[in-house]
Amino acid sequence: MAEPLLVIEGLIKRFGGLVATDNLSLDVLPGEVHAIIGPNGAGKTTLIAQLSGELKSDAGRVLFDGQDITDLPAHALSMIGLARSFQVTSIFRDFTALDNVALAVQAHAGSSFRFWSAARKDRVLRDPAREALARVGLGARADVIAGDLSHGEQRQLEIAMAIATGPRMLLLDEPMAGMGGEESARMVDILREFKGSHTILLIEHDMDAVFALADRISVLVYGRCIATGKPDEIRANEEVRQAYLGEEEAVHA
Amino acid sequence: MRSLNPRVVVILAALLLLALVPPVMGALNQPFYLELFARVMVFAIAALSLDLILGYGGMVSFGHAAYLGIGGYAVAILSHYDIGNGFLHFGVAIVASAAVAFVIGAISLRTSGVYFIMITLAFCQMLYFLGISIEEFGGDDGINTSRSDFGSLLDLGDATTLYYFIFAFLAGFLYFLHRLVNSRFGMVIRGINSNERRMKALGFATFRYKLLAFVIAGVLCGVAGALLANLTQFVTPTIMRWERSGEILVMVLMGGMGSLFGPVLGAAVFLLLEEYLAALTEHWMVIFGPFLVILVLFARRGIYGLIPERSGRNG
Repeated sequence: MAEPLLVIEGLIKRFGGLVATDNLSLDVLPGEVHAIIGPNGAGKTTLIAQLSGELKSDAGRVLFDGQDITDLPAHALSMIGLARSFQVTSIFRDFTALDNVALAVQAHAGSSFRFWSAARKDRVLRDPAREALARVGLGARADVIAGDLSHGEQRQLEIAMAIATGPRMLLLDEPMAGMGGEESARMVDILREFKGSHTILLIEHDMDAVFALADRISVLVYGRCIATGKPDEIRANEEVRQAYLGEEEAVHA
Repeated sequence: MRSLNPRVVVILAALLLLALVPPVMGALNQPFYLELFARVMVFAIAALSLDLILGYGGMVSFGHAAYLGIGGYAVAILSHYDIGNGFLHFGVAIVASAAVAFVIGAISLRTSGVYFIMITLAFCQMLYFLGISIEEFGGDDGINTSRSDFGSLLDLGDATTLYYFIFAFLAGFLYFLHRLVNSRFGMVIRGINSNERRMKALGFATFRYKLLAFVIAGVLCGVAGALLANLTQFVTPTIMRWERSGEILVMVLMGGMGSLFGPVLGAAVFLLLEEYLAALTEHWMVIFGPFLVILVLFARRGIYGLIPERSGRNG
């Protein structure tokens, strides 16, 4: 088996008496889509914050391609090839969709301490940005102000911005958040395009999406990983059914 | 020429009008207006520099008058020691404002929101009290200064030359900032203003960009201070008082922040209204205050925002 790209070892985060991430260990193999699921309060949001450099861990470490990235700040993580998307849409609302993605390209395309030539005419930034927009199906919406895009389109823009940084791994925080069935299905199609070419850690509530995309699934309950396995194994796992899927089923019924 | 942007027309017309002030006022024998408009241009530069960090970078500095003081005192102190060389005057004004802005920025930019406002204000007040306390340079009485000497190149003692000297700086800075805010660097500070968290996630170490923008703004305002000293030939600590910082802030808000030319309009409207209303009544603020409130309520994007853009709306 290949060396894992991302390794989480004994990660802990406490908030007072609450242990949000409780000695969590898991790994992500290169090229796989690894989904993390778990009921509300399982610690998914805390984990994302820890992995993306926004929250300091109390113990444990995170390795990315063998390098210890536990305490790296957010911008440094992006520079070594770990890109993230946000659960609550995080875009530049006053800029056009193309401007949004061009900024993502710019972060990884040489110095930004350039003060004279017009960034909006720089093909080094605009061409890859257009390409990223096309890949998420927003090619025709490049010149629309991001704040005027529909919710679903803004979610697609999120993905385009993450892709445009040229990452080796994507950390996707609930890409289907707030989406209807049709929008969700479109997002699944978009993400499927990146399968194989990108390693993806997918945190997601939408079970249909998770089972459609994931190569492996880890189940988080109370900050602990109670099971990791292929979708079929997870579906069959009794403990998981009790902790999570059963609850979902009950909701659907 | 059908689709000429009305805003570009306004900018070019305003610059042309400013350029025509000396011959017209000379013909009308009204030297007072020459100085008034020179003053408008100096404060336009100050407001313009604040707009870079306020309108584009989202940093609400309430201590921007500090750099007027640094630039002004650079000229005054060198003059005090009989050093008249203009290149040295402006060189020292630039280096000193850059250094002070670097220190203030490096500390203040670790905070945000209302704390940032308070800490920039505190630094400015510190400089104000420093100005008051140094007797050698006149304390709170201020200090007379001679004009920067550019030898046979320029004679700033001539009112018209001084006017065009200031005009050249204003036009030059307007063009420089126009390039800057649309450059890669400009896109970064605008991105930070819009969503700093996202900028970090994209890979930008945001602090250094904000700091550099803060220093650039300080330097441009420092130059405005040096120009002001040349215009008034007298510098007092009051140019660093917090009221002055507030006035520059009002010029930016009134003119329209994040628009470059807005602050120039704001400075003009502010100073001209002050001039005329003060002639009517010493309680001119009673009229000016409500005017400001109405403007802020009904023209969120300032006076400049009232001028239509080419066609339709654009963000």
